[in-house]
Amino acid sequence: MPKVKIKRKSTWIDMTAMCDVAFLLLTFFMLTSNFTKKEPILVATPSSISEIKIPETNIMTVLVDPSGKVYFGIDGQEKRRQLIEKMAASYKVSLTTEEMKRYSLLDLVGNPMYSMKAYLNLSPDVRDLPQNNLGIPADSTDNQFREWVRSAREVNPDMRIAIKADQKTPYPVIRKVMKSLQELDENRYNLITRLEKAPGK
Amino acid sequence: MADISQDSNTHKKGGKRRSKKLPTRIDFTPMVDLGFLLITFFMLATSLIKPQTMEITMPSDKKLNEEDKTVAKASQAVTLILGKNDKVFYYFGKTEGAQLIETNYSPEGLRKLLLEKNYDVARQVEDLKMEKAKTRMEEDVFQKRLGEIKANKNAPIVRIMATDDSNYKNLVDALDEMNICSISRYAIVDIDLPDLQLIKDKNI
Repeated sequence: MPKVKIKRKSTWIDMTAMCDVAFLLLTFFMLTSNFTKKEPILVATPSSISEIKIPETNIMTVLVDPSGKVYFGIDGQEKRRQLIEKMAASYKVSLTTEEMKRYSLLDLVGNPMYSMKAYLNLSPDVRDLPQNNLGIPADSTDNQFREWVRSAREVNPDMRIAIKADQKTPYPVIRKVMKSLQELDENRYNLITRLEKAPGK
Repeated sequence: MADISQDSNTHKKGGKRRSKKLPTRIDFTPMVDLGFLLITFFMLATSLIKPQTMEITMPSDKKLNEEDKTVAKASQAVTLILGKNDKVFYYFGKTEGAQLIETNYSPEGLRKLLLEKNYDVARQVEDLKMEKAKTRMEEDVFQKRLGEIKANKNAPIVRIMATDDSNYKNLVDALDEMNICSISRYAIVDIDLPDLQLIKDKNI
């Protein structure tokens, strides 16, 4: 007669199911994700009740920081390359193919054309420092911002304009941006806001 | 389960020992670790919340002079002047002899004022929204009727003038109030001399 032993329970846990779940979630996140765009500065947008979502493609973003610096960028690397080519040609700045490629990898750039070459040759970790981002000039004497928008429009006529500005941006800066757009007959654009609950709901 | 158990437990009683088979059971723990690591990465790197936008249409600066300027009746006109320190001033009608009144961006301030001024339209829009919620109205029917209501000829016309001391938040707040109060006719205009004088007189 064999001795009756208390059967020891195995400590082995079947991880297969857990693995399934983990990879299911992973697949979900991989498919739905659109990566957060890297922005040179963090802005706090004002809130509004508007619930319209911004499209992801065909969009040019104008970023205005509280001190009034203007940044500009469009989506699509190939389009960006065409854009910087146009801008370099119209401001007679000679950029190498390598530098243009570097530009096409950046989401938003806020530098006047004359310092663009130096900016593109900076190492990536110092590029976001405030002293390296001078902002695109948008004054009536030297309106490079208007040129950016015009060139972007030539590269892709279906683009929509989105303005993302910080709450504390003084109005004169916004007016400068809006005036420049108005001069180009760009009268429809989007202001990016945070969602706020509509009253009475 | 996915791991096939080929342990020799079941055959032990038979006494005959076969050549030892390697267990095909695989330890999944590192794989789970890896899976969750990647999930964490993707969760942190994605922006799940898409930003909201507010669509605005600015008047083209070309045709402004001929038709558009003459339409506004003095009785319908409301002028908002966005001042510094989150203050907002308003007056009705013409600039000459207008009295500036101070208010703020809170629901009791600007919104109350605009809703009173736009009472008819705001009430109709509210009714329409209720009806939509009750009867499951089609979206395009809703939009069409909304358009009809908003085309009201007697609705106020709002001019938003932002001074150099105001900030972007003030502007968006003011535009937002236009949406909340269902005001369809509004414009952001540059502040002109008579209005500038009004502010100076008020000494703000």
